[in-house]
Amino acid sequence: MTVVFEDHGDEAGAAASVPVRRIKFTINGQKKIAEVEPRLLLAHLIRRGLGLTGTHMGCDTTNCGACTVLVDGRPVKSCTMLAVQADGHEITTVEGLAGAAELHPLQEGFKEEHGLQCGFCTPGMMLAAKALLDENPDPGEEDVRWALSGNLCRCTGYQNIVKSVLWAAGKLRAEG
Amino acid sequence: MSQAVDEIKIGGLGASRKRVEDNRFIRGKGNYTDDITLPGMLHLEILRSPLAHARIKSIDASKAWDIPGVHLVLTGEMMATRNLAWMPTLSYDTQAVLATDKVRFQGQEVACVIADDPYIAKDACEAIDVDYEPLPVIVNPAQAMADGAPVIRDDKENQADNVIYDWEVGDGAGTEAAFAAADVISKLTLHYPRSHPSPIECCGSIADFNRATSKLTVYMTTQAPHIIRAAVALVAELPEHMIRIISPDIGGGFGNKVPVYPGYVCSILASILLERPVKWIEDKSGNLISTGFARDVYLDGEMALRRDGKILAVRMHTDADHGAFFSDAQPSKFKIGLMHSAFAAYDIPVAHLTARGMYTNKAPGGVAYRCSFRVTEAMFFQERMMQAAADDLGLDQAEFRRMNFVADGDFPHRTPFGFLTDSGQYAKCLDVGLRAIGYADFRRQQEEARARGRLLGLGISTMTEPLGAGNSREYDILGIKMFDSAELKVHMTGKAIVRTGARGQGQGHETTWAQIVAHELGIPAEDVVVEEGDTDTAPFGMGTYASRSTPVAGAAVAMVSRKIRAKARRLAAHLLEVSEEDIEWELGRFYVRSAPDRGVTIQECAMAAYSNMPDGMEPGLENTAYYDPPNLTWPFAVYIVTVEVDPDTGVWDVLNMVAVDDCGVRINPMIVEGQIMGGLTEAYAMSNMQFITFDADGNCVGSNYMDYLLPTAWETPGFELHSEVVTPCPHHPIGAKGIGECAAVGGPAAFVNAVLDALHGTGVRNIDMPLLPDRVWEAITQRHDVSGAPPVRSDD
Repeated sequence: MTVVFEDHGDEAGAAASVPVRRIKFTINGQKKIAEVEPRLLLAHLIRRGLGLTGTHMGCDTTNCGACTVLVDGRPVKSCTMLAVQADGHEITTVEGLAGAAELHPLQEGFKEEHGLQCGFCTPGMMLAAKALLDENPDPGEEDVRWALSGNLCRCTGYQNIVKSVLWAAGKLRAEG
Repeated sequence: MSQAVDEIKIGGLGASRKRVEDNRFIRGKGNYTDDITLPGMLHLEILRSPLAHARIKSIDASKAWDIPGVHLVLTGEMMATRNLAWMPTLSYDTQAVLATDKVRFQGQEVACVIADDPYIAKDACEAIDVDYEPLPVIVNPAQAMADGAPVIRDDKENQADNVIYDWEVGDGAGTEAAFAAADVISKLTLHYPRSHPSPIECCGSIADFNRATSKLTVYMTTQAPHIIRAAVALVAELPEHMIRIISPDIGGGFGNKVPVYPGYVCSILASILLERPVKWIEDKSGNLISTGFARDVYLDGEMALRRDGKILAVRMHTDADHGAFFSDAQPSKFKIGLMHSAFAAYDIPVAHLTARGMYTNKAPGGVAYRCSFRVTEAMFFQERMMQAAADDLGLDQAEFRRMNFVADGDFPHRTPFGFLTDSGQYAKCLDVGLRAIGYADFRRQQEEARARGRLLGLGISTMTEPLGAGNSREYDILGIKMFDSAELKVHMTGKAIVRTGARGQGQGHETTWAQIVAHELGIPAEDVVVEEGDTDTAPFGMGTYASRSTPVAGAAVAMVSRKIRAKARRLAAHLLEVSEEDIEWELGRFYVRSAPDRGVTIQECAMAAYSNMPDGMEPGLENTAYYDPPNLTWPFAVYIVTVEVDPDTGVWDVLNMVAVDDCGVRINPMIVEGQIMGGLTEAYAMSNMQFITFDADGNCVGSNYMDYLLPTAWETPGFELHSEVVTPCPHHPIGAKGIGECAAVGGPAAFVNAVLDALHGTGVRNIDMPLLPDRVWEAITQRHDVSGAPPVRSDD
């Protein structure tokens, strides 16, 4: 974050005392360089540094999964990963899910099967589901429930989320 | 020649239309409060009390002020100079914004820091030094009532004890007489544990005071923006027309986002003082330990019975633990909410309820968590009591309920507590549920299993929920009558915008309100945009909670559409050059009665309203309706669960769950089913794992998601939903009743009844929720009831 401090004349600018690390990473296919405080959370780099607000902060303790992103294709809760740990890695957020397409089949599936209500958990759910489908293109209901068990939803009761993921799996298989 | 349109094709009533709001949410393009960034915005963090009850001896914030990037540190003392250290609650009490004299619960707001960056603000909070003198702690009503108990609210004049209210409803003498004549008296005592609505998104606000225009704009996570505007006008002493409350997308509410919280007030004052936008975003612990908890009620009751199963009377007493401040958001006339809706589905001649509210050293709240003001506790007690009474009489659970139901032909029915229920087919719903679960078969399996040492159980719960407050005669919050509103503007090309005084949080208003317009006017739903949550543009309304949106705001949408149709009829008569009396309506079209081929579409009427209106007609096609419902709506449901309990571990698994909901006419069946499944999941959560408790020192157990357990996709069972029973609401314009909460209200008792049914014959009458494995195991092995009331038991 860029922070401008009041200059009280007491030292050569307090801002200089904030340690900064330079990192390089790829997000949604775009290469980036950032200067970050070592304690900055990846979720905050994504939300505030890059303005990608589709990654949500829910619980701060790695429980709810609203902040789930993919790091090198694996689902990670970005509220408990430091931004500096993303150095040299490839991140995918909900904004990059569709790639060049209008919508990813998971996005279509969630709308089609009413897999969301307030929408707050949805980006994390879809990314956790993408990691599953990348590994297992033909999951059963149990597989989906297990893969999503790190993501909390308070609105839907999960039944339609499971259907949404299975819908997407079907479409992805049909598309080959 | 125009033709009537096909209602389902245009996304009208009954269409499972895909949701409009999903288009942004699936792309990560929602606009939640924390997603908003304003130029020059600062960040606010709150310092909370680590102690549950303590006198504040001193606060030293000097080290916080010294941290570069800190703009302001606010303490109670500073708030007091602006008369903002305390604020009124929605229940005629006061609540500390920032503590001045003492802290009264763990997590109470003590100070806040406003800084360039939230990390800096958090650093500065840690640099504030508060000297506390600990005081004795009260964590339940029994302690609050004990002789010599410390008076928690010593800030209030004339408050000599910890009692908030002592209230009663019903007929005490008549109930007494009925009990004297009873063959059998059945009793039950239980605690409905403290729970937190816990939407995944926490609370937050961005206050933006503009000195140049004198206008305060607040973006915030509120389910009731107009109530907040009124509250801010009163608390901050700003003129109401200079306050704009915007409730952007909300990441779940469930009642948590109705009250006014100190963080909102602090961000507003900070923005006024600093003349910059100030953002406050709560963390999860802050949300769980300080905001809008629910339940925490001790229920004690008895039922007077005739030996053949007829219920003669019911007596109930409740002690409610309200925490340190009475800040329920509920109708002012009913101190314990709509607890007296208990037993409304049963034909009971007489009943009496007494209720006491108590202050304790716990967070304030008592909000309507996915329910219509304490109805959840009422229905839970009702169905637990029904199970206990049927067992005492040796009657079948289903038959005992059936013989006491209000019969279909007996509506309208006056309940012994004074409600007027108006419609329902209770026995039919029960029959559908019993058939779906395979009742007789399951009872046979249960017997066989028991013979082999396996514990199977079946639990039945029914509920009828009084939804849609008002009417305004009986329902108000702080004197503001509970009605709602809708504004409809039809543009010249026949496209339209609807705004209401409600504020959805995932219920799909943007989709369903358009469906009501489509039903009333024949304008395709996709041609209608819905907007809510901005007090500068939306008509005044009381917001979304207590399942009141469809019963009240939804009704207003229908009524304003009818006003538009009435004007369109005059335009049609003008266009068709006949008198209004000669015009007929079919969906989307007016035609000449004697020549049905001659007609005009609603879109042609809209164009005429701006381009070709008759002489003397006011131009335009816009209107507003305020809707004051004549009565509550009364959905009914039957939930039946089967479980297997492991006698060695106390772990129980759901085998099947059947839900039969009669919520009247369904606007969008897909969305209704989504609401029911969400509610059932919360019911399962409350019965199985989700609760907040406290140790004897007032430390909150359940202050984060590692301790406050919510079910995931892995634990949550599947649900079988039934929609075949439809009893339209007789007074709602489109026959709808509320649905958002029914399953969360009626569901918990079904799970608990099932587990206790599995333990039938052990003499165990009650295990308090949640039915954790250790509690169930204790009940099985020790053959006694298990209480879950705080303080939490210590292991040594």
